[in-house]
Amino acid sequence: MSSIPASPKRALLSAIPIAVILFFLPLLVAPYQVTLLAYGLIFAIAALGFNLLLGYTGLLSFGHSAYFGLGAYAVAFIVKYLEITSMEVFLLGGVLASAAVAALFGFLCVRYTRIFFGILTLALSQVLWSLAFKFYWVTGGTDGLRVPTPSLMGVRNPAGEDKMIFLAHRYYYYVLVIFLVGASVMWVIVHSPFGKALQAIRDNETRAEFVGVQVWRYRWVAFLVSGIYTGLAGTLWVPLNGLTTPDILHWTFSGKIVFFTVLGGFQTFTGPIIGGVVYNYLETYAVGHTVYWQMVLGVVLVLLVLVLPAGIAGTANRLILKLRREA
Amino acid sequence: MSLLETKSLTKYFGDTHAVDHVDFSVAQGELLALIGSNGAGKTTLVNLISGLLRPDSGTILFQGADVTVMSVHDRIRAGIARSFQLVTVFDQLDMLDNVCLAIFARDGKTRRLLSLANSDHAVSEEALGVLREFGKANLLAGGLAQGERKLLDVAIAYALRPKLLFLDEPTSGVSTREKAPIMDIITSIVRSGKITAVIIEHDMDVVFRYSDRIVVMHEGAILAEGTPDEIRRNEQVTTTLLGTRLEAHEHARA
Ligand SMILES: Nc1ncnc2c1ncn2[C@@H]1O[C@H](COP(=O)(O)OP(=O)(O)OP(=O)(O)O)[C@@H](O)[C@H]1O
Ligand SMILES: [Mg+2]
Repeated sequence: MSSIPASPKRALLSAIPIAVILFFLPLLVAPYQVTLLAYGLIFAIAALGFNLLLGYTGLLSFGHSAYFGLGAYAVAFIVKYLEITSMEVFLLGGVLASAAVAALFGFLCVRYTRIFFGILTLALSQVLWSLAFKFYWVTGGTDGLRVPTPSLMGVRNPAGEDKMIFLAHRYYYYVLVIFLVGASVMWVIVHSPFGKALQAIRDNETRAEFVGVQVWRYRWVAFLVSGIYTGLAGTLWVPLNGLTTPDILHWTFSGKIVFFTVLGGFQTFTGPIIGGVVYNYLETYAVGHTVYWQMVLGVVLVLLVLVLPAGIAGTANRLILKLRREA
Repeated sequence: MSLLETKSLTKYFGDTHAVDHVDFSVAQGELLALIGSNGAGKTTLVNLISGLLRPDSGTILFQGADVTVMSVHDRIRAGIARSFQLVTVFDQLDMLDNVCLAIFARDGKTRRLLSLANSDHAVSEEALGVLREFGKANLLAGGLAQGERKLLDVAIAYALRPKLLFLDEPTSGVSTREKAPIMDIITSIVRSGKITAVIIEHDMDVVFRYSDRIVVMHEGAILAEGTPDEIRRNEQVTTTLLGTRLEAHEHARA
């Protein structure tokens, strides 16, 4: 999609240094900073999934809170009703729940495009939000549901270990590995024949149909993969946050996912990753330092649209291309 | 037996009789020109045959089989491909990927999620071969000149290896100088065998020079058909339809 040709070798060459930095960072910075980065990586996974629809298939979903929330609530229900705290069971449950609902919602939505698609995804996610709100005896209503620290690959957290230490070390690495695997798989998907078919649908739906791509079917699979990624993110998020509330099912949370993707740049592969990480810092520090944080975010969004419509990664890409051409 | 045959094919848009009980047939291996003034129903006829539109009534037979209500996907499988009157290529994919995509789709490989598209060398080689036939380059399709986009549009449809190829105004919006190379390529792929082509064309120079047979449409019906010579001599066609343009054409020749 970017005009820098994609080869696995080149992608690995740029990914390895970043992976190394992410690997050694916990040794260098305070645990709190590491947990912030874990949040950022989780948002990046959500945004990677979201952008398979926006950037590659040309569909703007305003309902991705649904899958993030499903991932999180699936974990909370596993804890509440099955009394299991294994992270692997959480992942299985979170992914299955988000996949099942994405399959259903996707089936309903992919016949539409543009604003109709956006509104329908939003409306469906709001249904889930109101369910979480109304069935408070199941979901805990606005109080939400607590999720304890899970065991990772069968290893219990030693009694008395500080929760922050757990999150900033073992849990961070767990998230990091899933992030790296998830991002690699997504990279392959967007460069696969399937990924090319999605881009063809984005560029010209009718023409894609007339080379034999079954447009609805491909959109539906893209929707499913997208929902699974965002659901996976929700699943990873909830032990970190320790609590899930209906907020993450609300459409404003879908708006945040849109925000980080646009912030990073939806026309590049790395944009959503950068956006997820940067947004998380932005929000954390804006909330910490001013009560007007929503206004700060609003101003950032306006500046973004006016000054950097290609987002952070898109703008960087252009600069690199320009420098290369001049060199 | 004809490759394609329509029987009493009909499509109305309200009061507009866009295609009105049309019996249209294409013979194996020919380069057929479908002509007629603006609004004659040429594009609508192709839309019906390619499956973009459903007819109100009538049937479409392709190689003797009824394809009237077949899905677009299945018609492409059967061997019917088309390009569009307004150029449609995949603007953000490069030229090679535009053609590769057609090949992946043709071979059912677009179902592959977990392999890299550019690691399938058989497909890239084939796509390069197609581009070579069309005069290759490798740029983002969005940045191409009109003539190149038109050619890419044809190349995408050609890469599907259809039996019957419909080209809706392959040389419109292209300078006179660029028309001949486009038509030469189209003619050569038809002559090299296996492909039958129907071109919709307004430029009578192009029509008379390149086509084997001409079908003239007027107000949703077929007015005349025949070889270029027959059409040139057909009074009805020359007076009611092509009059001025044909005279100008003869003038230019003299
Ligand atoms: N989707 C549509 N809805 C309503 N009317 C249509 C539609 N498509 C075509 N028509 C009408 O049907 C008639 C035939 O149109 P068509 O596009 O088939 O003509 P054409 O022979 O391809 O003309 P041109 O040479 O201008 O491309 C015209 O009167 C046109 O306005
Ligand atoms: Mg037309």
